[in-house]
Amino acid sequence: MVEWTEFERDTIKDIFSKIDYDVVGPAALTRCLVVYPWTRRYFGIFGALYNAEAIMGNEMVANHGKKVLHGLDRAVKNMDHIKESYCELSQLHSDQFHVDPDNFRLLADCLAIAIATQWGSAFTPDIQAAFQKFLSVVVFSLGSQYH
Amino acid sequence: MLSKREKELIIEIWTRLTPVADRIGAEALLRMFTSYPGTKTYFSHMDITPRSAHLLSLGQKIVLALAEGSKDIANLMTSLAPLQTYHAYQLRIQPNNFKLFSHCMIVTLACFMGDRFTPSSHAAMDKYLSAFSAVLGEKFR
Repeated sequence: MVEWTEFERDTIKDIFSKIDYDVVGPAALTRCLVVYPWTRRYFGIFGALYNAEAIMGNEMVANHGKKVLHGLDRAVKNMDHIKESYCELSQLHSDQFHVDPDNFRLLADCLAIAIATQWGSAFTPDIQAAFQKFLSVVVFSLGSQYH
Repeated sequence: MLSKREKELIIEIWTRLTPVADRIGAEALLRMFTSYPGTKTYFSHMDITPRSAHLLSLGQKIVLALAEGSKDIANLMTSLAPLQTYHAYQLRIQPNNFKLFSHCMIVTLACFMGDRFTPSSHAAMDKYLSAFSAVLGEKFR
């Protein structure tokens, strides 16, 4: 089981209470698709993803970004049972979507960067560390049911 | 592979950062030490507390090297030869750490530039830092 300090618990709750899901979710997924173009392989049905402008203007990407960000809510509410919370989603990403789990780490990095662009210096090194620790647990959990 | 536009974006960003090289470099290092404490093991001989003279000086060196490299990306193998030797034979840094530093440098740029750090700028910088790291690690084995 993961051990969380009080600072880490407070930081995670604080981040998710303050971010605008409608901005950060789309921004994170957009960055992932632009910076790591191989991730586009999973979103063929989204239509135009051939360059940064197309991705940034793609409504399906934006909507999916919000959905993915809300997918973290269960981890925020249940920080002591994150792995269990993602069993089903992990199976789904493995058996149905066939996503290489190393890409979860890339999306997590893009999420940190998306928040950094919004918060500036308020996204301090300590807050970044806590957030990245939280994301690494989610990333691990999402990969846990792969076989 | 960097397009012409991406090379321009990279030079633009580093030119803007050169006057605050020490602050930017120190912040990237501090972020790396905080998120990835194992990276501190390479600096046990230095004072790497926030705003220390060592941290600012090292931060400045790194950012200026990144800025200089960006002016002629095609010739990184030549221009970085002395730094390659230094990192491989003297510092002997585990090469995965370059990725960790690159990520923290990008987070620092994102904080500093806000929305001006567009997805396209992010992609260009990520590619540049990957190329820089690859060249730096070329002589390791």
